[in-house]
Amino acid sequence: MEEANKYVKEFTQEKYKFGFTTDVHTEVIEKGLNEDVVRLISAKKNEPEWLLEYRLGAFRHWLTLSIPTWAHLRIPEIDFQGISYYADPTAKKKDGEIDPELLKTFERLGIPLNEHNALAGFAVDAVMDSVSVKTTFKETLREKGIIFCSFSEAVQEHPELIKKYMGSVVGYKDNFFAALNSAVFSDGSFVYIPKGVRCPMELSTYFRINAINTGQFERTLIVAEDDSYVSYLEGCTAPMRDENQLHAAIVEIIVKNRAEVKYSTVQNWFPGDSEGKGGVFNFVTKRGICEGEGSKLSWTQVETGSAITWKYPSCILKGDNSTAEFYSVAVTNHHQQADTGTKMIHLGKNTSSTIISKGISAGKSENSYRGLVRITPNADNARNFSECDSLLIGDKCGAHTFPYMDVHNNTAVIEHEATTSKINEDQIFYCNQRGLDTEEAISLIVNGYAKEVLNKLPMEFAVEAQKLLAITLEGSVG
Amino acid sequence: MLKIKDLHANVDGHEILKGINLEIKKGETHAIMGPNGSGKSTLGNVLVGNPNYEVTQGSVEYLGKNLLELDPEARSCEGLFLSFQYPVEIPGVSMTKFMRAALNQHRTYKGLEPLSASDFLKLVKEKREMVKLDSKLLSRSVNEGFSGGEKKRNEIFQMAVLEPTLAIMDETDSGLDIDALRIVADGVNQLSSPERSQIIITHYQRLLDYIKPDFVHVLLGGRIVKSGGPELALELESRGYDWIKQEGGK
Repeated sequence: MEEANKYVKEFTQEKYKFGFTTDVHTEVIEKGLNEDVVRLISAKKNEPEWLLEYRLGAFRHWLTLSIPTWAHLRIPEIDFQGISYYADPTAKKKDGEIDPELLKTFERLGIPLNEHNALAGFAVDAVMDSVSVKTTFKETLREKGIIFCSFSEAVQEHPELIKKYMGSVVGYKDNFFAALNSAVFSDGSFVYIPKGVRCPMELSTYFRINAINTGQFERTLIVAEDDSYVSYLEGCTAPMRDENQLHAAIVEIIVKNRAEVKYSTVQNWFPGDSEGKGGVFNFVTKRGICEGEGSKLSWTQVETGSAITWKYPSCILKGDNSTAEFYSVAVTNHHQQADTGTKMIHLGKNTSSTIISKGISAGKSENSYRGLVRITPNADNARNFSECDSLLIGDKCGAHTFPYMDVHNNTAVIEHEATTSKINEDQIFYCNQRGLDTEEAISLIVNGYAKEVLNKLPMEFAVEAQKLLAITLEGSVG
Repeated sequence: MLKIKDLHANVDGHEILKGINLEIKKGETHAIMGPNGSGKSTLGNVLVGNPNYEVTQGSVEYLGKNLLELDPEARSCEGLFLSFQYPVEIPGVSMTKFMRAALNQHRTYKGLEPLSASDFLKLVKEKREMVKLDSKLLSRSVNEGFSGGEKKRNEIFQMAVLEPTLAIMDETDSGLDIDALRIVADGVNQLSSPERSQIIITHYQRLLDYIKPDFVHVLLGGRIVKSGGPELALELESRGYDWIKQEGGK
């Protein structure tokens, strides 16, 4: 990642050198948030009236809310008027061509946007700051009736689908950050898998924050019709900057009868430096609904970045016999803080959910698991299995577990296991004695600890995630 | 190969080793015997640099180097191996992955290329058969769910892969039945060569029926109080340690 960050620094300087400064400035709208800004974003996107009204409704609602304080996080005051809500690095090219510098940036990040160089079996939507730069393999997928495009494009091309599903799982009244996102969201991805289609490629979105003093507010919407299948991946990075950057996203997933959606995330936003300066504030609302009978939704997340992570990918198990999974590894080091977990809301009969959460804390970081399992009165024979493990490295970090259970049907079977362990010095010494240095030993032990979750990731991502765990924990032992 | 001079070491502030002197030459096998709490395991752990043990005095020279200045991982790469008395479990890390990481670390240290996956598996198969270790164990996590005997055999398997110059076996015989003992001893004997040396730490003569030591030392109260040939081990077996204690008291 350091390489990539170095590149972005060079890249920004290069821009200045070649006199692109004005271009950049004109494409970042004025800092601050008010109805005019919301209207401006909507106008830039050439949105229909109903969407502008939705945004304004969200904005007006947001004004009545205050930032949530229930999480185990120390959130510094965020100046919402000090942020620019729209930055468009593609705007200077009007003929639809992509600035080669942008292509290079993504190339450098390991995300080739040229279909010839693409990773086999992957289609990518690349989002920089507020806009989607490019979506690959759109045409190939189109032949199967699959829609995979940027959110903005979907608003223009498939307004009926957006109107029908947007906000149906995460309404703007859901929470403070959902309201903010709904008011100012700029881009993101849209996926539609028609009835009976098994998506032949892994679909992925790569998010990158680049511009200074901007926030990224994207939305992802996935609709899987009856008997369809899709595996979707999300990756993110941001350059190293001294000041904090705000990221508030919404992901909504709708899974119909017997359909299956797998959603994997490798989150590697800039975590701040070892002194806790800078880093991304990551406030994300992710939720899916298993709407249909026998539907299946699986969340897998590897959270290694961000100064603050506030994120609870959740499932509503509405359809009878539906199943949901949440697999998570959250690593915090230095001064990072994470409060993450899931909600499993059982509404249908014979529904089952699994939660496997592995927290790893090092340095002076704080890492919390927060999860809710709710069994409603009609959810006969619901099952949940939860396992929440915490691993501590050193004695200045914290690990916390906040499991909530809310059971209103006595046919439910719920199992909960939780462990907290310190990384064992005897294990490290055993590795040392066989020739491995302490950092390698920790990386090996931690990857072993997180294996159950890493195994759920598509292979290319799993390898990446393993490396990330090792990098994140560098310098965690003195 | 190894010269220990006046070695003192503490554990949790208590002095356990109180002046050890010992010299081991190439190709030699030394047995260290003694009752519980005499400092046998401490000696083994101090030599491999376990951070829980603090050296307070003395020197250790190994292959011409000051051993006490080396990190534990460098000592390993320099050919020092400890077969642990209580091998730890590392959940989620397969034995194969672990050994491959270790071996490649040793090779990098020596300036060699890492071994390819297929060459590594070939090597593993050969070494595994030497200690009759079930191949299933190698796909399991390190020591997890291994029986006591399997853990000890696994230690000798690792030793066979890493081919140490000086191997220290800390009570490798404890918890082994007679068949397992023979298998372990066979493995150790196959590895011995004129270039390699061994330190065998044990309570009992039993293991020494299979692995013939050149020298036997009795450790008592943190010092070597008596040294001799293989016959000393037999004498200890029949007479116990009390007579040495009395002799030492004189």
